[in-house]
Amino acid sequence: MSLSSLEFQAASAESAPEQAIEGRSQWQLTWRRLLHDKVAIASIVVILVMVILAITAPLFASLTGHAPDQAFTNTGTTSTGAPVGPGTHGFLLGTDYIGRDLFIRILYGARISLFVGIVTTAIATLAGVSIGLIAGYFGGWVDTVLARFIDTVLAFPYIVLALALAAIFSPSLTIVIGVISFFSWAGISRIVRGQTLSLKEKEYIEAARSLGAGPWRIMFIDILPNLLGPVLVLATLYIPIAVIFEATLSFLGIGIPEPTPSWGSILAEAQNYYTVAWWYVVFPSVALLVTTLAFNLLGDGIRDAMDPRTERIFAAGSQRRRSRRRPSVVSAFSAAGPSAEFPDPPRQPMPPTP
Amino acid sequence: MGLARFLVRRILTGIVVLWIVATGTFLLFFTRPVAVVARELAGRSATPQVISEVIRNLGLNLPLRVQYWHFIDATAHGNLGFSYYSQVPVKTILAEDLPITASVVVGGVVLWLIVGLTVGVISATRARSLFDRVATVGVLAGLSMPIFVLGELLIIGVFLPLNEHGITWIQTGYAGLSTGVIPWMGHMILPWITLATVQAAVYTRLSRGSLLDTMGEDYIRTARAKGLSERRVILRHGLRAALTPVVSQLGIDIGALLGGVIVVEQVFSLPGLGFDSVQAIDTGNLPVIIGFVLLASAFVVVANIIVDMAYALLDPRVRIA
Amino acid sequence: MSDTLPRDAARPVPPEAAEDDVLVRVDKLVKHFPVRGGGLIRRTVGQVQAVDGVSLVVRRGQTLGLVGETGCGKSTLARCIAGLIPVTSGTVTFEGRNITNLSRRAMQPFRREIQMIFQDPYGSLNPRRRVGAIIGDPFAVHKTAKGAARKKAVQELMERVGLNPEHFNRFPAEFSGGQRQRIGVARALALRPKLIICDEPVSALDVSIQAQVLNLLADLQSDFGLSYLFIAHDLEVVRHVSNDVTVMYLGRVAESGPKDQVYETSRHPYTAALLSAAPAADPDAAAERRRIILTGDVPSPINPPDGCRFHPRCPKAQELCGQQEPVLEVKPGDPATHLTACHFPVQAGESLARVAGRDRR
Repeated sequence: MSLSSLEFQAASAESAPEQAIEGRSQWQLTWRRLLHDKVAIASIVVILVMVILAITAPLFASLTGHAPDQAFTNTGTTSTGAPVGPGTHGFLLGTDYIGRDLFIRILYGARISLFVGIVTTAIATLAGVSIGLIAGYFGGWVDTVLARFIDTVLAFPYIVLALALAAIFSPSLTIVIGVISFFSWAGISRIVRGQTLSLKEKEYIEAARSLGAGPWRIMFIDILPNLLGPVLVLATLYIPIAVIFEATLSFLGIGIPEPTPSWGSILAEAQNYYTVAWWYVVFPSVALLVTTLAFNLLGDGIRDAMDPRTERIFAAGSQRRRSRRRPSVVSAFSAAGPSAEFPDPPRQPMPPTP
Repeated sequence: MGLARFLVRRILTGIVVLWIVATGTFLLFFTRPVAVVARELAGRSATPQVISEVIRNLGLNLPLRVQYWHFIDATAHGNLGFSYYSQVPVKTILAEDLPITASVVVGGVVLWLIVGLTVGVISATRARSLFDRVATVGVLAGLSMPIFVLGELLIIGVFLPLNEHGITWIQTGYAGLSTGVIPWMGHMILPWITLATVQAAVYTRLSRGSLLDTMGEDYIRTARAKGLSERRVILRHGLRAALTPVVSQLGIDIGALLGGVIVVEQVFSLPGLGFDSVQAIDTGNLPVIIGFVLLASAFVVVANIIVDMAYALLDPRVRIA
Repeated sequence: MSDTLPRDAARPVPPEAAEDDVLVRVDKLVKHFPVRGGGLIRRTVGQVQAVDGVSLVVRRGQTLGLVGETGCGKSTLARCIAGLIPVTSGTVTFEGRNITNLSRRAMQPFRREIQMIFQDPYGSLNPRRRVGAIIGDPFAVHKTAKGAARKKAVQELMERVGLNPEHFNRFPAEFSGGQRQRIGVARALALRPKLIICDEPVSALDVSIQAQVLNLLADLQSDFGLSYLFIAHDLEVVRHVSNDVTVMYLGRVAESGPKDQVYETSRHPYTAALLSAAPAADPDAAAERRRIILTGDVPSPINPPDGCRFHPRCPKAQELCGQQEPVLEVKPGDPATHLTACHFPVQAGESLARVAGRDRR
């Protein structure tokens, strides 16, 4: 490059009109990266479709004329009382053991699953972040007490608690939400506490203290913005945990009570009919799997989008294990898994789930 | 501090925890109006006579403090009361169910550890290979799968077709070891796979990540530079450090294990502890439920102690803390 | 006008310092950190004696330079003065009032008067907050300006330190190291403090940028009548900015006084060694210079040597040095402002290079 062109560039940079240029925040950058991730986009689409289907469930019910708890013993069951298959007599996905429209029931089940999943995760995130922040920042005896509490809650066999509660109070939506929230907050809290412990040693926190900022201000204005990324990933990964937890509770009969359909209770019924009605098992299972898979993939996608190591695709191949290819379907499945910055949520008392 | 002292400390802590759990259970179940408690203990179909008999026998009218003492005392001696339906002592019910549940648990844990660690280690050593990619897809699928869904799918997809074609080795339900190892395994194989799959997925990912992190450390590089074979490097140096997060995860997963067992027993009709506890809820059989709660908690405590010991063996720093 | 050479920022010091001239007085400050050992219960098995009896004075409108190697306790001392860590014993007084170990609430008004600039331009600014918010923090914390008034004040500050006020909404990542230090300066300046503690503010910057930042600090001092406690390990930098200099070694003061006296007529062997090791810009002069080579490593502050802490490495050490701690006092022939803690101070014309026995070119 010639000197004159350099000078020209320097000059034009200086004389460029001064605007109040907004920097691109972490969120905007993440969003852009996310938009390039095909798998993440697909997951978002699937989730949106699920949500729309759930919201419009009553619409479908009126369109087909089948209410979710309406038993069509004539058209809906065979002469021997078994469920009918998909496509018969206007039942899109077949019927259940008393002739109710399986498709409609699955749609209504989606409402329960998504509602429980999102609400419990929201509660758990609020509680978990607050408690984790307080424990991590204040340290000392506050931390010791809270950390012990968190560990106890985490190690607790939830199924036992759920069983006990169901024995005393009859199962209800409130209990389900309560139990699931009570478990989930601890997992989030532990991770938030860990992050807070390391963040509070940073120099800018010391700077804030030297200004005279109080602990609450520091926690919520200085530390929290640095936590939001991992917390978002965590919350997205906790939703499927909650969904499966609810399904399992309903499956065991201690979740959402009849006649409200839940994917779990449908599958519990299906147990007795799998020899004669494969659709009874397969369709609710697919619904569950698709939903959880979508949230898991989305959570992984967000984690990848936030992690600037993804950018190191052009780096000299020294760090093989950390560099990644451009996000694609295959590479979405080759996620490096949990990292120190974005740890996986702890396991759930009811299995499955990351 | 020494391993022995560590062990003693953990056992003492465990006893304290058990006592807290027992107290919590007592508070949860017994601090309600006497009539309610009595009815639950006597079972749903109990007549007023039975109920007053229950009140008398169990001393439900006595002050709470006295009841509490009796409760703790009885529990410590292993006396957990009677199931009023069947008049069978709870202890007997638990004892009968135990071998079945134990079969499921032990097999499942062994399977998931073996598969999880093996696949994880191989994936880590052959990172980004075809094996690794396939494994990761499997992991993601496994992680998203509820246990009961997997169970039912296996029944439909494996058990039914095999039976239809005359292969009856795989069955639902339970066959004790007394009927032979082969039949026993035939009944257990699907439950084991169901229980193990999800956890194997978790542990594959965990051990893969942990081993990858460890292999990047400088001391591994030194071991390689010394000229040790890759296998030696991994097995002797890498694994030990890589295993610690796996072991600590195991501790947390003990709780998850219980949930999984209950579900698996439901799906495959295995009359073990899980199955009976769910039934106890259905029928409102309180003494049995209490028995299960206590037993489950004891199991969790003991298992955690064992896991802690394993962790301390792997990581000597822990004993100092 | 080239901004790449540092201007001499110091103003002459009146010979007698009146008491109301003193802004900050530190008296026999001690800060020990407990070392917890293993065992069943965590006991304290030792103390890191980070600061062990330091006394110094910062005068109004003046700059006190605090020099020492890594680990000598200067950063710890700074944080004690700023009230960021509790003090084990000793006092810190500000304008005559005792501010040692005050509660956060009691300390709050003093926080407006005492501010800090940190060493790491990358670590001292919250990466997730916009620069305008960071600089506006002091106004928010002390509730002195809101909304549009705050924004205006922040932009004025940005301009004053040489940043473009239109960059109000940018993130720290979008600025260079030097610019980030300016942001830190703007933040410290917001409430017009009386004292700014500069903890190695230019150590992490490129040399040409260092000069810019130092000039900025000098300008601000004359414009606003600021006092600085300037901490550094680079002697040349300290020389340019300070009026008085204190040399620290392993938690104690080795020598202190007006900078000319300390630099030209160093009394403490450690000071002399430091000065001889400082690089000289002129290659010829560098070739001629004889370095004083110190033997041994810097000892650990957990187990400092007995007597004079420098004695194991001192070329002039004698038996007394290992037994008795030297007092910080005026040595014969020195002006009253020049204090040294040494049993056998360096005499005029004495060259320790010869004593050390090794010449090095």
